[in-house]
Amino acid sequence: MTPPTTAVTPAVDHGHAAPHAHGHAQGGLSHFLSTYVFSKDHKVIGLQFLFSTLLWFLVGGLLALAVRWQVAWPWSDVPVLGKLFAQEGGQMSPEFYTMLFTMHASVMIFLVIIPILAGAFGNFLIPLMIGADDMAFPTLNMLSYWFMWPAFICFGASFFVEGGAASGGWTSYPTLSTNPASSPASSMGQTLWLLGLTFVGVSSMLGSVNYMTTIILMRAPGMTMFRLPMTIWGMFITAILQAFALPVLTAAGFMQLSDRMLGTGFFSPEGNVINNAIAGAGGGQPLLWQHLFWFYSHPAVYIMILPAMGMVSDILTVFARKPLFGYRPMVYSIAGIAGLGFIVWGHHMFMSGMNPALGITFMVSTMMIALPSAVKTFNWLGTLWGGRIQFTTAMLFALSFVSMFIIGGLSGIFMAATPVDIFIHDTYFIVAHFHYVLFAGTAMGVFAGIYFWFPKMFGRTMNEFWGKVHFFLTFIFLNGTFFTMHILGAVGFPRRLADAYHYETFHHLQPMNAFMTWCAIGMVATQVIFAANFIYSMFWGPRAGRNPWNANTLEWIAPSPPGHGNFDFQPVVHRGPYEYSVPGVEKDHLMQTDPPNQAAAAAAAAAH
Amino acid sequence: MFKRIGGIFWALLFLAVPVLGVATFAISPFYDHWLPKDVSTHGAAIDSLFYFILVLTGVVFVVTEFLLFWFMWKYDRNNQEGHATYIQGSHTLEVVWTIIPAATLVFLAIYQMNAWADVKMRRPSMAPTVEVIARQFEWRLRYPGRDGTLGTADDLFVVNDLHLPVDEDVLIQLKSMDVLHSFFLPNLRIKQDAVPGMKIPVWFKAREVGQFDIVCAELCGWGHYKMKGRVTFESRPEFESWLERKYAEQQATQPPAEADVAAE
Repeated sequence: MTPPTTAVTPAVDHGHAAPHAHGHAQGGLSHFLSTYVFSKDHKVIGLQFLFSTLLWFLVGGLLALAVRWQVAWPWSDVPVLGKLFAQEGGQMSPEFYTMLFTMHASVMIFLVIIPILAGAFGNFLIPLMIGADDMAFPTLNMLSYWFMWPAFICFGASFFVEGGAASGGWTSYPTLSTNPASSPASSMGQTLWLLGLTFVGVSSMLGSVNYMTTIILMRAPGMTMFRLPMTIWGMFITAILQAFALPVLTAAGFMQLSDRMLGTGFFSPEGNVINNAIAGAGGGQPLLWQHLFWFYSHPAVYIMILPAMGMVSDILTVFARKPLFGYRPMVYSIAGIAGLGFIVWGHHMFMSGMNPALGITFMVSTMMIALPSAVKTFNWLGTLWGGRIQFTTAMLFALSFVSMFIIGGLSGIFMAATPVDIFIHDTYFIVAHFHYVLFAGTAMGVFAGIYFWFPKMFGRTMNEFWGKVHFFLTFIFLNGTFFTMHILGAVGFPRRLADAYHYETFHHLQPMNAFMTWCAIGMVATQVIFAANFIYSMFWGPRAGRNPWNANTLEWIAPSPPGHGNFDFQPVVHRGPYEYSVPGVEKDHLMQTDPPNQAAAAAAAAAH
Repeated sequence: MFKRIGGIFWALLFLAVPVLGVATFAISPFYDHWLPKDVSTHGAAIDSLFYFILVLTGVVFVVTEFLLFWFMWKYDRNNQEGHATYIQGSHTLEVVWTIIPAATLVFLAIYQMNAWADVKMRRPSMAPTVEVIARQFEWRLRYPGRDGTLGTADDLFVVNDLHLPVDEDVLIQLKSMDVLHSFFLPNLRIKQDAVPGMKIPVWFKAREVGQFDIVCAELCGWGHYKMKGRVTFESRPEFESWLERKYAEQQATQPPAEADVAAE
């Protein structure tokens, strides 16, 4: 909690501070709207993203429970939900089940993970961590949040249109998704899904342009690229990935819309017969969609993990009181993951009918992408080695990210091996794999980030005891739910089946599925503790100072919560972000802004 | 010691990950929760690759998770005096833990190519034994009939009940009429998507007689879960007599107009 003693210009001209104060005098609705609703302040926008995505997280979680219910106890009456959506006396129809898993994945990916990382944490942290007073384009930033709302409305409304929401899987493969006759729900619901996806894309694109510009141009004096914290590196590379991959998905989405609404045939072959009727003129190729879709959606997998990796790297160093092990290799491996991420999309298509020789190329590139992930894991372990570990809730979630990412990373090698993939493709093995990466990995990283930056967001700390209870139960239940999925996958249990027990091969797997569903129910119930802790701490938690964790990065020299314009003086950076436990320095951390003479003086004093 | 209880508790919780993880994989085969019986000639190569990767990743899993536990146990703040060790990295270690996994992964990549080529690239030169046409939500099977050629009037049509000769190469021509499907034979380690507008060859050889599941493994609509077929492997004579019987049934039940066409 050292007050920064830099001898630079004491106050920055915030520019917008004056009109802000003016608004107070006027008071009333317009002030409220400009401060909390149509705000151009990156922190407010970040929190708007955070609250919206956490609400959708709840929706996605409940959808998952409904999916689990059907898998564990097919065709039995659904409690509560069955009464709400009573169509056939509380029992789930297969159409409804198909819609559930489609929307579970769509909501979690497009309305939760991507916007919570880039939108919530990216917005809140980027200017603070690089020492800028706001984003480069505040209006664009505000628009990036408000473009999420049409997406929320499209996805949300699609549950209530005739035929229900999209049910072609989150991958939306043609011709199931392009031909309404092939699926009762593939009418208005699928169109709304595509429109929603486009709006999410616009939002991400606006954000990504903004993040790149801000990180390149608005770093504080002395903040070189190689003094950036890993969180910012993660956000920066993610922004680049989005900027280059998104246009392809957007174009593909419009092609699918055009197939559905204008009768074109980009994705439908000639002579396709659906429901005993010729389906359109054809002339297209279903595989084209898969290539275009995965050209975005594979890099999107890294968009969904790289920022979390960055946040976890920062949190590990703070609570191990050690420099990050191998800073540069960590940066290069993120860049390596991003680069290779563009040439591995075909591994989603090993069984698709794509030329098997091409499968070998994608197999090799996919094997290679395991390498930077391995390097990152070893460096995280190296960071802990010789540390002085403090088991805060944020640290426990960060440690569990490492532990769970090891599982998710290693299970990926099974799928990358093309011959093994023949058996486990589209089984629960892949479901286990991506839940270990996305839930046990990214969501744990997000929880770590929330517990860690909560003091900066709201000026108060979350309750540690209940945080640890939340961590403990989540950790137990998530492994109970997802680890067992590997075993289901080894039996070949296929995903997306409303009822697989009539198959001879799978009839004995129901007890295991019931166990997993109980764990999933426990996992969702545990999040009540988190929600209560979050809301209580926001208003009544103990006040946090500027730097409650004794961390080094720039956001911790700003007030908690930071006012408009962030810093009360212009930060000047003298060193990298990980100077913990520097020999000869009395306190165990040197903030990025601590002047070098102070460190030198301390070292000299210690030498005497 | 009392202060350390927290750290010990969390370290042991993380130790439970590799312990219970390995235990789960070790116990499951004894409860029949494991790879289903394989009756194909190529499946052994796939299964042994699965086991090879399982052991390889298992070792990495146990070692890294154990290190994580050990560091949590040993470097607990309440377990030591003074500052943490100031280490920014190690060039040697970075090189070592880049090159060893890289070499392993390259080896793994090259090692598996042959198995893949056997299943997906080295197609036997023969006429298709049967054409499988996937359709919402059934498997339509079309045998070449007496003339041995597909697409002629004497073709035999069957639904969901695939019969094939044992101990012989079988070549399937896989098509889809409407949407994507996937032809999945768990007991033969075979999976191939059926794509509208494409004819995709699938081949294998069964080692044992018996009846097994045909599962649809690609989402194909609301009835995806019930798109179930059965494959029966039988000796050549039994297979041929089944074909004869089915052919006779088809002749008997065909309406006269179509029977005329068939006779031409």
